[in-house]
Amino acid sequence: MSQPTMKVDVDKCTGCYACFLACRDEYTGNDYLPLSAAQPPASQSWMRVEEIERGTFPKLKVSYIPIMCQQCEDAPCIEASTDGAVYRRDDGIVIIDPEKAKGQKAIVDSCPYGVIFWNAEKALAQKCTFCAHLLEAGGEPRCIEACPVAAIQLAGDRLDEGEKLHPEFGLDPAVKYAGLPKNFVTGEVVIKSEDGEECAANVTVVLKSDTEEHSTVTDIFGDFEFDGLTELAGRILIIHHDGHAPIEIPLAGETSIDLGLIELGFGL
Amino acid sequence: MTEQTYTNLTNAGPVTVTVRDGQIIRVRPLVADPDDFKPWSIEANGKTYSPPKKFNLSPFTFAERERIYSENRIKYPMKRVDFDPNGDRNPQNRGKSGYERISWEEASDLIAKEITRVSDTYGSSAISGMTSSHHNWGIVGYKMGPFWRFFNKLGYTPVFDNPDSWEGWHWGATHTYGFYWRLGMPEQYDLLEDGLKNAEMIVYWSNDPDSTRGIYTGQDSAIWRQWLKDKGVEMVFIDPFQNYTATAMEGKWIAPRLGTDTAMAMAIAYVWLTEETYDKAYIESRTVGFENFKAYVLGSEDGKPKTPKWAAEECDVPARTIVALARQWAKKRTVLAGGSRGGEGGACRQAFGTEWARMMVLLQAMQGLGKPGVSIWGTTMGAPFDASIYFPGYADPDGRMSTSKAADQTPVNPTAQRLYRPDVPDAILNPPYSWVGEGFCGNSLEQQFKPYTYPAEGCSEIKLWYRYGGSFMGTMNDTSKWAEMYQSPKLEFVVNQDCWWQSETRMADIILPACTHMEREDVGEWGTGNGYTQHASNGCNFRVIVRQQKCIEPLWESKSDYDIFSLLADKLGFGEEFTEGKSDKDWAKAFFDISDLPKHISWEEFDEKGYYIINVPEDYKSTPSLRWFAEDRNCDTPDLGNPKRLTEEANQLGTYSGKIEFVSESLSEHFPDDQERPVMPHYIDSWEGHKSPLAGKYPLQLLSPHPRFTFHTHYDKHTPSLDDIPGHRIKKNGYAYWPARLHPDDAAARGIKDGDIVKLYNDRAGVLCCAVVTGRVRPSVIHAYASSAVYDPLDPGDPNSIDRGGCVNMLTSSRLLSKNAPGMAPNSCLIEIEKWEGQI
Repeated sequence: MSQPTMKVDVDKCTGCYACFLACRDEYTGNDYLPLSAAQPPASQSWMRVEEIERGTFPKLKVSYIPIMCQQCEDAPCIEASTDGAVYRRDDGIVIIDPEKAKGQKAIVDSCPYGVIFWNAEKALAQKCTFCAHLLEAGGEPRCIEACPVAAIQLAGDRLDEGEKLHPEFGLDPAVKYAGLPKNFVTGEVVIKSEDGEECAANVTVVLKSDTEEHSTVTDIFGDFEFDGLTELAGRILIIHHDGHAPIEIPLAGETSIDLGLIELGFGL
Repeated sequence: MTEQTYTNLTNAGPVTVTVRDGQIIRVRPLVADPDDFKPWSIEANGKTYSPPKKFNLSPFTFAERERIYSENRIKYPMKRVDFDPNGDRNPQNRGKSGYERISWEEASDLIAKEITRVSDTYGSSAISGMTSSHHNWGIVGYKMGPFWRFFNKLGYTPVFDNPDSWEGWHWGATHTYGFYWRLGMPEQYDLLEDGLKNAEMIVYWSNDPDSTRGIYTGQDSAIWRQWLKDKGVEMVFIDPFQNYTATAMEGKWIAPRLGTDTAMAMAIAYVWLTEETYDKAYIESRTVGFENFKAYVLGSEDGKPKTPKWAAEECDVPARTIVALARQWAKKRTVLAGGSRGGEGGACRQAFGTEWARMMVLLQAMQGLGKPGVSIWGTTMGAPFDASIYFPGYADPDGRMSTSKAADQTPVNPTAQRLYRPDVPDAILNPPYSWVGEGFCGNSLEQQFKPYTYPAEGCSEIKLWYRYGGSFMGTMNDTSKWAEMYQSPKLEFVVNQDCWWQSETRMADIILPACTHMEREDVGEWGTGNGYTQHASNGCNFRVIVRQQKCIEPLWESKSDYDIFSLLADKLGFGEEFTEGKSDKDWAKAFFDISDLPKHISWEEFDEKGYYIINVPEDYKSTPSLRWFAEDRNCDTPDLGNPKRLTEEANQLGTYSGKIEFVSESLSEHFPDDQERPVMPHYIDSWEGHKSPLAGKYPLQLLSPHPRFTFHTHYDKHTPSLDDIPGHRIKKNGYAYWPARLHPDDAAARGIKDGDIVKLYNDRAGVLCCAVVTGRVRPSVIHAYASSAVYDPLDPGDPNSIDRGGCVNMLTSSRLLSKNAPGMAPNSCLIEIEKWEGQI
């Protein structure tokens, strides 16, 4: 049996929140028993969007990460439940039984992704079902239908490729991501001259560590950027420009950095 | 348990509504038969671009169910407790006093009697009123339909709208390139294809299309920008705020000081002039007045060459960046995205915003506007589009029951008096009040020069004010004055008719509950009102006409606007004349009958199925906007409003000369000596900007653009789920505050931390917001969206009270763009901000 999952392209997501609102529309006040019980109004976020800002003015990047039940292979919610209240279906979708899960708050607490919610009125743990009731009827989850740029897509079967959200949790989530934000280093290269200064375009910039080397060239504004970095410390940035001595800048720190203006003096 | 689905249409897309036991349980994008879609495709660079078979709604549309069942619905007719039409009216207590429920019978009797009394005593010109925009969709129930039909019959004083979202283009760019029939915004036909095939760079200048979404076209264009990004088109964003399109597309972000965009534009022209990288042949053959412009930019007029270095001082953007941008712009085929529909953007809603808008046109003229890849294109419109099938929109005279041939007869309003929306309170409180310009000047340039005075000769001051909707505290400027107006005894009687309690509702004597577009019968086309933005549904991937089926009965005691005015007309003795015996569904059919749709689908099938998709024909021939002009051919686009089209002058623009005018001939003729909107664009220091003396006291500039997560005020306040979107509102102690974004340096200098409740203030008002400390705004700029629907004065009824709801428009000046350009200028606003130490 195929095991549908989702893949999320963070680079495509525009942060419109249509997925979040469509999810609320589907589940607020609406039972889909035996798969899910109704959500109370405006209280749970089975689909939420996390906003991550990286860098500083004016070299800022903003990422929006849609986060829903990750359908973990090693789902801690299943472990935490009693009486089989949380179970995995043959198609891989993890379901919280809306009857059996009553009173089991431990299910909520077990999820490090924070995607299980407590319905106080019904004393019930609740979460995303991948819109299993719609999948069964040949449809697609509401978040996917609502997404204008296909940032969230349904994959027909479990994917090996792709990034995992919070791999450090070690839960082997089935949902896979692309473009999860990492650190970047950026700067602006300028040529000083007697007349003033100019953006230095087409300057080769190299990012070097003991094990790897990346190269880019500055754009028309003299800007360069290396994104997708985990570690910055231990790397050296080297700026090559014909007729000039290379400039070497050792990097440090644990967050994205803007090195600001890097001046290529004239006549060096 | 019975479940049924209905089709309906919102201002951001078509929907399928599921109803169970009389309750709406789900609102989805319209579920259409896949066979009904025949997607167009565009070939570019060896790739084929074609849209998926779906309708992409704006996010707030998914909260429609919450909005319809909102606790904030006006449920019953209400009367202010201390309003006695036969005794003390207590107008000073508007905004303060509570309400009591009354019957429809009592409410309609009372309103009819007041209309009769005021009309008999002062004449019908003493009756005025106006509608808000956009809150519902459907031409039967749209604001210009029943409302105008009713009030035209009474002979009321209409209120001119101002072109609030694109002021500078309307009052400025029209004098540069015409397009007054589009109120200053350029035609957008086939610019998606042109962009995909030919554009190498897009400069988004004061434009966040991912948030403003072509006004009505939902999120259908989001994928176009992904295509352009994937294709490698370079993108530059000029905006003091790193807007949402910029964060999604990345590219270069240039953040000028607010109010200085025109200086940057001048410096770009300077680079092109001095490096001779402009299109000389085009300038020679397609424009007039260039030499004067050249002289001004090079400094011979005022001794100040408009160099990048000069601009850098004004804009706080490095000269080198301006030079680099200018060079690339000249080198690459560059689209100027100067606002969502081409010509809009916050930079045109500020002091002398006419100058920036005119400069946008002139910069592209210098690069050959209309040539392949050289367009003014907002990136939200211009998909392949079959314009041969007519369906009326709300802005077409035929799309309104007040003026349509779908009606047997339409009453003509004989009253000559007018009011002007931004200044209604000034006029009412302190007459006489004069201004120049007819509001939406879509029929001629001359309409912009027409002087008005209130009260008009032989007419009365306004005594009865009938408000339909109630958003102005959050949408107009210096809005405390609206509260003052409402408390004036000059207004003897005030009615408010709306679906929800809004910022002005509580200022009325009688409140009437209206129902939404899901509680009545209607019909409409997605994405367009036509009229002044003809064929705007080419911002959608599929043109679709929807039979807006009544999904549920009107909630509580609400009624459709049509039924409310029918009831009042009946009380006033012209009920039959008003309705012509038609139900709202009869009107929907009458509009269908005058359209071209009957050639393609029967009413019965359309009524049953609920929609009709107008696909692009297989032999579709694209006619990119202004290509005809660049090539000196007759206009070949389907721009129906262009009066020269299909005439002997069809190769001309709508300016006096028929060409692009660096020196405007219309302004030269009518206002030759105006220094605030000179005959040729100039950079003029803002009357409330970084160099104003007031900046000593209020050093921060407020940027209040159109909001991302609501449609103006609509969907705010009435949809609790939106309060869980941190970009929209932020909850603190259970109260959902409006976010105000500020740069870390400005925050640190004031001891403000992220999440603090802060007071934004100046001499006009004080507004509480939640601080968001972020590098997404440049220093000295506070970004807080306009259009809060929540007006929540700490001291209710006091127009000078601090507002807790986030109506930052109270802080803005009501001074107009310039003395003869009566547009609003909310983005010229100096404020200070401090941590709020009061209770939260």
